Amino acid sequence: MSAPVTTRRIKSGFFTGLVALLCFLAILPLFLIFADLVRKGASSIDWDFFVKIPVAAGQSGGGVANAIVGTAIIVAIACAVGIPVGIGTGLFLAEYGLGRLGWLVRFLADVMNGTPSIVVGIFAWTWFVKPVHHFSALAGGVALALLMVPMLARTTEEMLRLVPHSLREAALALGYPRWRTSLRVMARAALSGIVTGTLVGVARVAGETAPLLFTALGNINFDTNIKEPMQTLSLQIFTYATGPFEDWHRLAWASALVLMTLVLALAMAARWATRKRYGD
Amino acid sequence: MSTTIPQTMSQATVEPIVPVSTVSAAPRPTRRYYGDRVYKGLLTGLALTLPLLLVAIVTELAVSAWPSIHKFGFSFIWTSVWDPVNEVYGAAPMIFGTLVSSLLALVIAVPLSLGVAIFLTEFAPRWLRQPIGFLVELLAAIPSVVYGVWGIYVLIPVLRSYAAPAIRAVLGWTPFFNGIFYGNSMLAGGIILAIMIVPYIAAISREVLLAVPATQREAALGLGATRWEAVWGAVLPYGRAGIIGAVMLGLGRALGETMAVTMVIGNRHDIAMSLFQPGYTMAAAIANEFSEATSAMYLSALFEVGLVLFVITVGVNAFARLLVWRVARGTAVGSKAL
Repeated sequence: MSAPVTTRRIKSGFFTGLVALLCFLAILPLFLIFADLVRKGASSIDWDFFVKIPVAAGQSGGGVANAIVGTAIIVAIACAVGIPVGIGTGLFLAEYGLGRLGWLVRFLADVMNGTPSIVVGIFAWTWFVKPVHHFSALAGGVALALLMVPMLARTTEEMLRLVPHSLREAALALGYPRWRTSLRVMARAALSGIVTGTLVGVARVAGETAPLLFTALGNINFDTNIKEPMQTLSLQIFTYATGPFEDWHRLAWASALVLMTLVLALAMAARWATRKRYGD
Repeated sequence: MSTTIPQTMSQATVEPIVPVSTVSAAPRPTRRYYGDRVYKGLLTGLALTLPLLLVAIVTELAVSAWPSIHKFGFSFIWTSVWDPVNEVYGAAPMIFGTLVSSLLALVIAVPLSLGVAIFLTEFAPRWLRQPIGFLVELLAAIPSVVYGVWGIYVLIPVLRSYAAPAIRAVLGWTPFFNGIFYGNSMLAGGIILAIMIVPYIAAISREVLLAVPATQREAALGLGATRWEAVWGAVLPYGRAGIIGAVMLGLGRALGETMAVTMVIGNRHDIAMSLFQPGYTMAAAIANEFSEATSAMYLSALFEVGLVLFVITVGVNAFARLLVWRVARGTAVGSKAL
């Protein structure tokens, strides 16, 4: 407190400006990336892009219909497996989570939220690909589900904890058994939050690539059999972006724009479902 | 701060008091307990998935990596030869690359993320907080492979034409920035990683700062501190453990990030001092070589890389969680970060 007041005020103003600048710099890449995606990808998006499958390497034209359908199928598998387990775990944490098991599960969910997805990928390979000697969309979907579970568990729990305690007491006092209280009263009250968490989880896995490299593998043909290798937008982008052909790069940008739009749409939908998360 | 997890959920099994006249209409208590027991059993079963999954992953990786662990022992970690033809594997360059790229990412990302967190909690006008928070969230929603595409075709050319010459002019005399700029390089990998981990560190530090009691700020301001002095002297020290935790969670993300890094880091199995040179990371090695691994030992070596990566990230994350929980105990701080 020895420096004169004005100096300290100037210093305070300087640092205020500095954190604002840092904040601006942190968000800047979002706009740069989106602008580049639109600039380089939008011109390649036409009707063919959505309804045709890729042409042979080196030729121009073709689309990514197989990848779009594949993404939808694999994400659907991930949801079918991951949502019940993830939300069930979240319900457990909110309902019975004060004991030692609750602590362990909560801790592991938080820790595994940061597990490298590539490791989950090779784990899924050893369980779902190696025994049957065959890559499949199913294995890819399960790998993505494994990534979803910890995420969903924690958001579900958190949303349930926001429900006022009095609701639970009222339901129990009216003679509702605990399981119905949990499902019909608590989960219902927290539904919009749980939907948000689920959408965010879906958005996250929809863009995943690493766990699919050795499970869904990719496929240049249109295939909807979940026991066969399947293409996804993310795998397609990886192949195209790292490949040698100019036309592939063009399609990589276009596919990236489509994937990004899909993910952003999910994130916005999630945002819209609950509008109070960042409001203080 | 309380020393127990907040008791937001009732632990009591409430026995409903039912008037005698309606007993026949109410479901029989035994059946009700049966339902509760089934429900609890079912949820417990689902919740056990996570611990079992962790055990399964560790076991499966360890079993698959065993031939390599057995053959190379600790030399796997500190030798640099990676020769699939002669079946000799040493992962030092990729471990080095993983650490260097992640640390570089932290050096860039920490000031930015703390800027976001401090600005959002302390200085930003109220109407601005929500939109900015949302934009930061969106940054976390961008798929890794999209960052990769952007890295290859936008970031690297920009680095090559503008940034690298400028950096070399100023810092070219240090061993970290000399030599030719390769494009696909440790520098490009570190920058991409930094952009990717900013939203995680920012979101969690922000929650940590929000958990700092208002009295901390008020006391400092009341003593005549300027707003910055209050933040620097009273708020940040209070949240220090949590912020370190947030940074470590970011580190955990960076260590395991695969696609974007694979696409820009160069994938060269070599230890180079200069950040202008290509490098390699553990995750990138698995992504690139797993499907090409023709021999059993090659595959086993890659599993060992996966095991090392998994153990390191789980360790870093676990430590980070404990730090964050110390500040915001029992709350879901951090889970919100997408």
